[in-house]
Amino acid sequence: MSSGQFEFTLAIGGAAGQGIATPGSILARLFTRRGLWLYAYNAYQSIIRGGHIYLTMRISDRQIYSHGDSLDMLLCLNQDTMDRHLGLLGAGGRAIYNSDTIKPGEAADGVQLCPMPVKQLSNRSRNRVIQNTIALGVITNLLGLEFDVLEQALKLQFGRKGDAVVNENVTAARAGYDYAIENFQPLSEPLPTGAKPLALWTGNDALAMGGAAAGVKFYSAYPMSPSTGVLHWMARNARDLGIMVRQAEDEISVANMVIGAAHVGARAMCATSGGGFALMTEAVGSAAMMEIPAVFINVMRAGPSTGVPTKTEQGDLWQALGASQGDFERLIVAPTDALDAFNVVPEIFNLCDQAQCPGIVITDLLISEGTFSADPDGIDLYPEIDRGEMIANGAAPNGEYLRYKDTESGVSPRALPGVPGYAHVVATDEHDQDSVLISDEFTDPHKRRRMVEKRARKIANIIEQIPAPELQGPEDADVTLIGWGSTEGVIGEAIEQLADKGITANQLAIRWIVPFHAQAVINAVSRAKRTIIVENNYSGQFYRYLRSETGLSVDGHIRKYDGEPFMPHHIVDGVIEQVAGKTDHYIPYQEIMV
Amino acid sequence: MDGIDTRQLVLDPETANDYKGRVDPDWCPGCGDFGVLNSMRKACLDMGLKPHEILTVSGIGCSSNFPGYFNSYGMHTLHGRALAVATGAKMANHELNVVVTGGDGDGYGIGGNHFTHTARRNVDLTYIVMDNEIYGLTTGQLSPTSSLDMKTKSSPYGSIEFPFNPITSAIMNGATFVARGFSSDTRHLSMLMQQAIEHKGFSLISIFSPCITFNHDNTVKFFKRRVKKLEDENHDTGDWKAACEKAMVWGDTIYTGLFLHVKDRPSLDAAEPVLDEGGPIAHRTEALTKEQGDRIISRMM
Ligand SMILES: Cc1ncc(C[n+]2csc(CCOP(=O)(O)OP(=O)(O)O)c2C)c(N)n1
Ligand code: SF4
Ligand SMILES: [Mg+2]
Repeated sequence: MSSGQFEFTLAIGGAAGQGIATPGSILARLFTRRGLWLYAYNAYQSIIRGGHIYLTMRISDRQIYSHGDSLDMLLCLNQDTMDRHLGLLGAGGRAIYNSDTIKPGEAADGVQLCPMPVKQLSNRSRNRVIQNTIALGVITNLLGLEFDVLEQALKLQFGRKGDAVVNENVTAARAGYDYAIENFQPLSEPLPTGAKPLALWTGNDALAMGGAAAGVKFYSAYPMSPSTGVLHWMARNARDLGIMVRQAEDEISVANMVIGAAHVGARAMCATSGGGFALMTEAVGSAAMMEIPAVFINVMRAGPSTGVPTKTEQGDLWQALGASQGDFERLIVAPTDALDAFNVVPEIFNLCDQAQCPGIVITDLLISEGTFSADPDGIDLYPEIDRGEMIANGAAPNGEYLRYKDTESGVSPRALPGVPGYAHVVATDEHDQDSVLISDEFTDPHKRRRMVEKRARKIANIIEQIPAPELQGPEDADVTLIGWGSTEGVIGEAIEQLADKGITANQLAIRWIVPFHAQAVINAVSRAKRTIIVENNYSGQFYRYLRSETGLSVDGHIRKYDGEPFMPHHIVDGVIEQVAGKTDHYIPYQEIMV
Repeated sequence: MDGIDTRQLVLDPETANDYKGRVDPDWCPGCGDFGVLNSMRKACLDMGLKPHEILTVSGIGCSSNFPGYFNSYGMHTLHGRALAVATGAKMANHELNVVVTGGDGDGYGIGGNHFTHTARRNVDLTYIVMDNEIYGLTTGQLSPTSSLDMKTKSSPYGSIEFPFNPITSAIMNGATFVARGFSSDTRHLSMLMQQAIEHKGFSLISIFSPCITFNHDNTVKFFKRRVKKLEDENHDTGDWKAACEKAMVWGDTIYTGLFLHVKDRPSLDAAEPVLDEGGPIAHRTEALTKEQGDRIISRMM
């Protein structure tokens, strides 16, 4: 197949407890081993049994970043899935279902219904999830693959459970495969093969791996969706990688433990979602005041409060900007996809170490729980590590050691506890260069001013090390789409679709929130013919930030805040309406009911 | 014990200087916390500890100003969070002697959750609580350890809440060294501190450290009349039930001394396999090895 041609989207729907994850991960591995690029998005609810789970898996022979717009194949594990989603299939689509338990709905013209007589094919097995394995056989056949490929994958998946389980599954899969040969039409073009096998990870895996690569030796967390995957990865790998992983009693403890570990010299990190981050915020400020480098990850979900625990949103931008009382800067970066989530962690650690300050990675469920394929050779597990000005051992200082020495850069070398000759106290109260408290000293406004300016100077120097955002796409495009963090990929796909419709568009994708390259953004935006901001929230959080930092306004908005992520056509439709002058504020309609 | 003026350093000024901080305490003259500071300096001196081998971590409160007055590495952290910070520091560098200092509000009130779990985890640190049964720094409000009927600025008609018992709580939460001291008896206190620092695990010394300014009920005189040392009572420090019974006694007699000492439970750092070899994680090379990287990638394929 020529590059950029092949695309296929498969969805699996069922209730929690029906075992969607297993066929999902078997298929994902089967595709990535073949060298195909993949993105999978799982829509679910915070319940362990019941509800509705809907896994969308899109594959292509080129890199993709969203679950796309269309559906080619639907596996219904229950009636609910059939009822909700059959309508998403167009001509050429296929619906696979257990005909013993599920009644087919009214399908569009050209949709092939693929009923599986599960009882007959499984010899009346009592295994509740046998329909999943039979379906895998059917799907493998429809995709034009040899049975072998699936047999290998099943052996890998179930090998640990013993021969009996492997045999049961291989037999069931084979029955499904053979039944499909007799009864269903396979795809006209079989699945292509990519250049080399690809790796598979979620955004949470990527964040954790970024930490490991950055040299994180202390990770602490309190479970909270959609960030818990970071904890799981860290816990699984802790002993192999020599990482101390602590599940704390609450997020307040998490953040403070991280600060304690960071202060004695370990790279320390934690991840949570907005609710947990709210509990961490006082500690974020304490890291700024004590000048301790530490990284806090906030994986956003739909809020406020407990909100929608399993749904995505970009609603915590101002929470991060305003985290903790007081007027101080913290670094904030919003990665654009899983690989970027991985890369951003060592990047922010180096900057935090240089400036001895807290850093926040702000991302969302779309990235953290999304499953992405990755080129294993593109994952740099050995990035440069810069610990900044740190006294980890050493001769006694010349004269008295001043922990908060007022230097030109604002950075004062930090001595790690345990080093002879440098004993000092760090404090969350305002202090002077020697760290003696001045908070309640009967007024020393000059000392206070000096320390405020010293801390600010450290951050001001960081911006030079951060790449400025650049316009992607034609300079003279009709439309400039602006997004931040996780929307970069879906906006990119929307731009391709717009080109097909005769509208040229480019994108300004923002990663670094603080420090913010205001001048570069002003330059890019002021050249644009029509600017539209795309955000996964109601109030235009980034729009308000853009205004505050640049004084710029924009021509229009596309906002989504129903818990589900953008699909490319949502953005395309929004741009078309705005170009036609119908609106300057477009809210896409979410067609997939999950 | 009689006649000890807690305003004066009881130590030989020559040697005590080793642990003298950069500034002198700004506690009210007569505050019990002076006795605690002096006892700590004596304990560290007697043990031959060097200032750089100790990390003193505190929260916020009059008593939490302790690290500033003590010459060692120190962290003056947020109100209530000292134990969490100290846990992170200890686990990242388990070679440090970690001492946590603070008040009753800091440790038993706002930091109560950390108190429970740090005890349960048996983190190897020494927790020194200066319990004055009041919020000193905020000028005299009810604390978790304030007695029933106590009148404070926030309970002008008398408290209707039953007080928290740090000793029984610590025992119930799994602390492995639980003691009570009195700031006016610095010799006894510094002996308890030495034992606590030597103990490998979570050790609590909850100290009656009277606030001369805001608590006129629980004064030095109040305690002097009542305290009896467990050491004089044939108390078995291995018997948690007896320890709880003695800790509940509150009247003409109030016990001080070592209530419980569990010697056979591993501390968190000792139980943590990541620390089996390689020294403190804070001192290890950050970068992954090629083998570690290869294993990570192979698990993704
Ligand atoms: C989050 C937070 N809440 C409230 C305060 C105000 N505050 C400072 S110290 C203190 C109580 C101190 O009481 P205690 O811990 O018993 O110390 P003491 O002053 O009695 O030694 C309070 C409420 C604060 N600093 N931070
Ligand atoms: S207010 Fe009370 S606790 Fe605070 S320094 Fe004065 S006497 Fe001590
Ligand atoms: Mg108090």
